[in-house]
Amino acid sequence: MKRILIGIKRVVDYNVRIRVKPDGSGVVTDGVKMSINPFDEIALEEALRIKERAAAEEVIVASIGPADCQQQLRTCLAMGADRALHVQAEGVVEPLVAARALLKLVEREQPFLVILGKQAIDDDNSQTGQMLAALWQRPQATFASKLELDGEKARVTREVDAGLETIEVDLPAVITTDLRLNEPRYVKLPDIMKAKKKPLETLTLAALGVEQRQRLKHTRFDPPPQRQKGVKVKDAAELVAALKSKGLL
Amino acid sequence: MSNRILIVAEHDGAHLNASTAKCVTCAASIPQSEITVAVCAADAAAVAAQAAALQGVAHVISLEHPANAHLLAAVLAPQIAAIAGPFTHVLGPSTTFGKDLMPRVAALLDTAQISDIMAAESATRFRRPIYAGNAIVTVDVDSGSKVVGTVRMASFQPAASGGSAPIEKSAVSAEIPSHTRFVSVSAARSYRPDLQTATRVVSGGRALGSAESFQKTLYGLADKLGAAVGASRAAVDAGYAPNELQVGQTGKIIAPELYVAIGISGAIQHLTGIKDARTIVAINKDGEAPIFEVADIGLVGDLFQIIPELERLLG
Ligand SMILES: Cc1cc2nc3c(=O)[nH]c(=O)nc-3n(C[C@H](O)[C@H](O)[C@H](O)COP(=O)(O)OP(=O)(O)OC[C@H]3O[C@@H](n4cnc5c(N)ncnc54)[C@H](O)[C@@H]3O)c2cc1C
Ligand SMILES: Nc1ncnc2c1ncn2[C@@H]1O[C@H](COP(=O)(O)O)[C@@H](O)[C@H]1O
Repeated sequence: MKRILIGIKRVVDYNVRIRVKPDGSGVVTDGVKMSINPFDEIALEEALRIKERAAAEEVIVASIGPADCQQQLRTCLAMGADRALHVQAEGVVEPLVAARALLKLVEREQPFLVILGKQAIDDDNSQTGQMLAALWQRPQATFASKLELDGEKARVTREVDAGLETIEVDLPAVITTDLRLNEPRYVKLPDIMKAKKKPLETLTLAALGVEQRQRLKHTRFDPPPQRQKGVKVKDAAELVAALKSKGLL
Repeated sequence: MSNRILIVAEHDGAHLNASTAKCVTCAASIPQSEITVAVCAADAAAVAAQAAALQGVAHVISLEHPANAHLLAAVLAPQIAAIAGPFTHVLGPSTTFGKDLMPRVAALLDTAQISDIMAAESATRFRRPIYAGNAIVTVDVDSGSKVVGTVRMASFQPAASGGSAPIEKSAVSAEIPSHTRFVSVSAARSYRPDLQTATRVVSGGRALGSAESFQKTLYGLADKLGAAVGASRAAVDAGYAPNELQVGQTGKIIAPELYVAIGISGAIQHLTGIKDARTIVAINKDGEAPIFEVADIGLVGDLFQIIPELERLLG
């Protein structure tokens, strides 16, 4: 069976204004809207399109985290994923732990493609895909904006600082998505009902044999320095004068 | 010296990227540090010489191999992991090069990575932004475990040149995979300053309306100011500007002296990319646009009238 595995992280929605708790112990997440990491939605969309072209047979979504992750996995099933794997874990799951857990799922499911987001927008780490590829000893194609499958190979266009880079990788491989890979579809109401019948399996890190080590201690959270409120000018001439007075012209 | 720091050089085969000099500054801020720069290349001579000239660098190691003609993470990571043994810290830039490579190195070394280091408070305590820069977290690493990290470019000035470190060639012993192959890169060569290092940046958003209008309206102003050109995600998504111009949480994070945001609303994800700019100028027809909350100088009005006028005034 030709399978694609997708990593789904539950994160604070990108529209939420993040606030640091006054005691510096973390950011406020109580009662805050949670969503699928936007890059992971793009990853799933890409997998669904590949399946719709009959280049894959099954799309599996996986999330490592607390029970609430199942909400996001259900949304993925409604989008069109075939089944979901929830790896139960409380507390901090560092990218290396997520990568180790995903590797166990890879060994179990034998996908020919693993697609993750290029970064989770909560911790902004941008590590998990690269770590999984290293542990799996397989190619990685990060920051993908175009993915073309060609038998045992994939050709991937990557968004890099210089522009666009194209690489060719042997499959299986790990791909991480950039914003312009595709535009994810919306979930339709009837699909939400249908998704309730799709399989969602719950596992634990311990059962997978993965130790939930936390190697980095987050000792303090601070709000970023605030910028001073500036001035308004009324036209281009005043703007030029203001720039001159700041020594910028 | 108790902290031996290895920096992975970023380069294009001929020139050392300024990102490496910024990593040197970050490394030098770690107490009692001794800095080594590793240059992986097909022919490392020119780049190694530039690395050796950076002040604060004690050693340069060149790793020459035909497979290093292109800096592929899967090819480089085992080479870096193979020489990392004696080092306490392994650092790379938080550019697409370093973001691609360093986590692969970290996993091979079985260690966690600290991404986007904005300050080193000690050899084991770092500060980094999370949630699009809306919180700064202090991270402690167990002393004794190797630190792998990427260095946030907007937080450090490049180290000056004037040094003369010895260059040592090291044989590549790691097994090099052949499963990943470079095909091509399309980099729009521009005479304008590089966005990542420019002191002035003129950026355009969705309001520009088309690729032609983006070019016609912004490029003349940018040239008058000697500025690099940037863009919002909306402008890139719409095809007005190429992807490498995207500024923000998931694009480039920059710290110019002057940033001019034109027809950009100022979404959180965009602001993340410009928080460290010295002076932000915003031109937007909506006086309530969030960009004005961070702008030092704001001008409410129609950009299609203001920009030509501004260009005329700049002569
Ligand atoms: C996961 C994720 C990552 C993202 N990463 C980034 C990122 O890295 N960088 C980024 O920029 N965005 C990013 N975004 C997108 C971000 O949320 C905004 O959608 C985007 O920045 C909006 O771009 P804009 O300001 O050009 O467009 P808009 O928000 O549409 O703003 C256009 C502005 O132009 C003004 N305007 C219109 N006509 C005129 C005129 N004639 N004269 C003057 N002003 C005019 C309007 O008043 C408005 O304020 C990301 C989003 C997500 C979900
Ligand atoms: N806990 C997790 N569960 C499932 N996937 C994850 C998890 N953490 C990270 N990922 C995947 O790895 C990508 C990059 O995350 P990060 O390395 O944390 O920035 C995300 O976009 C997800 O696809």
